[in-house]
Amino acid sequence: MDQRERRVLEAIELRRRKPAKLRDERVTLAHGAGGKATQVLVSALFLDELRNPLLEPLADSALFQEGGTRLAFTTDSFVVKPLFFPGGDIGSLAVHGTVNDLAVVGARPLYLSAGFIVEEGFPTADLRRIAASMARAAREAGIAVATGDTKVVERGKGDGVYVNTAGVGVLERDNELSPARVRPGDRVIVSGSLGDHGVAIMIARGELELEVELESDTAPLAGLVDTLLEAVDGVRWLRDPTRGGLATVLNELALAADVAVRLDEDALPLRPEVVGACEILGIDPLYVANEGKLVAVVAPEDADAALAALRSHPLGREAALAGEVQAQPQGLVLLDTAFGGSRIVDMLVGDPLPRIC
Amino acid sequence: MRFVDEYRSAQVARRLAAEIAGLVDSGRTYQLMEVCGGHTHTIYKHGIEDLLPAEVDLVHGPGCPVCVIPMGRVDDAIAIADRPEVTFTTFGDMMRVPGGSGSLLEAKSRGADVRMVYSPLDALKIARQSPDREVVFLAIGFETTAPSTALTLLRARAEGIANFYVFCNHVTIIPAIRAILDSPDLRLDGFIGPGHVSTVIGTRPYRFIADEHGKPLVVSGFEPLDVLQAVYMVLRQLAEGRCEIENQYTRVVREEGNPRALEAIAETMELRTTFEWRGLGFISQSALRLRDAFAEWDAELRYEVPGVRVADPKACQCGEVLKGVIKPWECKVFGTACTPERPIGTCMVSSEGACAAYYNYGRLSRNRESRLVVT
Repeated sequence: MDQRERRVLEAIELRRRKPAKLRDERVTLAHGAGGKATQVLVSALFLDELRNPLLEPLADSALFQEGGTRLAFTTDSFVVKPLFFPGGDIGSLAVHGTVNDLAVVGARPLYLSAGFIVEEGFPTADLRRIAASMARAAREAGIAVATGDTKVVERGKGDGVYVNTAGVGVLERDNELSPARVRPGDRVIVSGSLGDHGVAIMIARGELELEVELESDTAPLAGLVDTLLEAVDGVRWLRDPTRGGLATVLNELALAADVAVRLDEDALPLRPEVVGACEILGIDPLYVANEGKLVAVVAPEDADAALAALRSHPLGREAALAGEVQAQPQGLVLLDTAFGGSRIVDMLVGDPLPRIC
Repeated sequence: MRFVDEYRSAQVARRLAAEIAGLVDSGRTYQLMEVCGGHTHTIYKHGIEDLLPAEVDLVHGPGCPVCVIPMGRVDDAIAIADRPEVTFTTFGDMMRVPGGSGSLLEAKSRGADVRMVYSPLDALKIARQSPDREVVFLAIGFETTAPSTALTLLRARAEGIANFYVFCNHVTIIPAIRAILDSPDLRLDGFIGPGHVSTVIGTRPYRFIADEHGKPLVVSGFEPLDVLQAVYMVLRQLAEGRCEIENQYTRVVREEGNPRALEAIAETMELRTTFEWRGLGFISQSALRLRDAFAEWDAELRYEVPGVRVADPKACQCGEVLKGVIKPWECKVFGTACTPERPIGTCMVSSEGACAAYYNYGRLSRNRESRLVVT
């Protein structure tokens, strides 16, 4: 690589780190995809207007202290289509999504709120099915839906039902989980197979005429996180790689921690069904959503113990060492391909699979 | 995954890389153009350049269907999509291609009924299901995708579906390769020929490249080992002083191509006298339009479109990139003003575009010599 090319790459990296301006006049589906466009909308519009110290880190949950108790607070909305899919439905997903956003900051989830925006004409039997599924998921996660709200919009102005949940949790451990703690040499661990949720939803829509038996991985992660944090002290950072997949959360980490993350393609746990469907659709499973998976960055000396702890839990049986944190090149995620080459894994642009959560 | 994994073996790749290294004359460079965007994508996605000696330079060619659509045609597409009676269908990548006045994705956010489909048959299905809508399919691509458009037209006629229209932008690969070979500012040593296109047209149409221009071409499949083997085959021809049209992709490509697919294209479409290619300008007899017998399904006859030629933005060097004259990173706006999220040029839009492939996968300071694995 010659000097000129290197200078161009350096200029691009500088540009990538600058806060982006929102230049779109209207919202497009790309703004909801969880990738670069979402980031720009959130930081250049919402954060710009609503800025405060709690919101500023744009973490999965806001952390604060009240009367000596450390609390975590989060919210998430669900517009998944179809409403019912193999492995779950919008009800269980709405509980798991919020529970998991609390779990990955190290909090024990306490209470949830649930808001329903229902379209005129929606069958009450389906609404009951969704509510019952939420109740089951809440019981499993050891929390209660403590408050709620219902709105109805005219026929054609919604798509069946949208659900919003918010959750409060309490932080009882001293672990500080933050990109600031991530160091070169740390190991990257994933708790199981990647991309199951996104691909299962895509197939459940029936538009692809693919016959694949695959269930969404939607599950509450609080128990798995607890098992991991109990077993090892060296957990630096946790995320649940939902919308945008593993690639997106690791890019966010690389930028926030000023490090590089190097993944080993051979080591990534992927179901053959997911690999096959992604191959046909021309999408990369690294960008496909998960709803019951954890990615953890762990101190190198704790990596084996962390893997053992995760594998001892039913949700972490297929946990795998996926990669490593490096000092250089800062802000980038790299992949050593199974073929023997290497490449970049960048933030997602556009939306290969809209409305998967 | 069966039938795929065997074409991705790192062990075989290492052996092949060693043989390639053995064919290379140090002190000279080898400029090989992969014509097809699918190959460009494979090369970057699997990091194939890491396995090649520094002397071998892969030059990315014009075979990316989205990349060669000129801005004026995008504006025409948007003009059709903006009509209230129209449901406009297209492949995903086309949604983000900027025209002179925005993209189809922006038209969709303004209220146009634009939908992504995976095949023209999906568009026909929408037409069948919504008889009160006029469903338009934006057909793009080389001889690879033209047969499926042709079959969809034949089916529309057989079923008497009257609310389905094709906005035809199909192009043909041979005139583009000719234009590149006639371009004075490029010195290529050989070609990696397109796989899917050749499935349809066969290998005979490439003979002029060897006969008239004295360059070897090897038709290649799309798995990383296919591409690596094709590189090996081109280099071997060069080392042995041969110049032939060879076929690496024998498991799929026949010398005579696919006569039935060619018949379907010939029945429904004919050559245009000329067509504008993004960056390459007007190339005579390089694109297809619907035949008069299919006028009822021709969106260009059904709707009035601006039909205005829109000049590429000054800063954009997609033309030079498509011809392989410059590398993506040598374009003045690459990665700064022009990025995948805000593309100025088409090469930054499609995953098969050289700029997008390099930006998304290849933007990596690397020292190729030190990574070269020779066993």
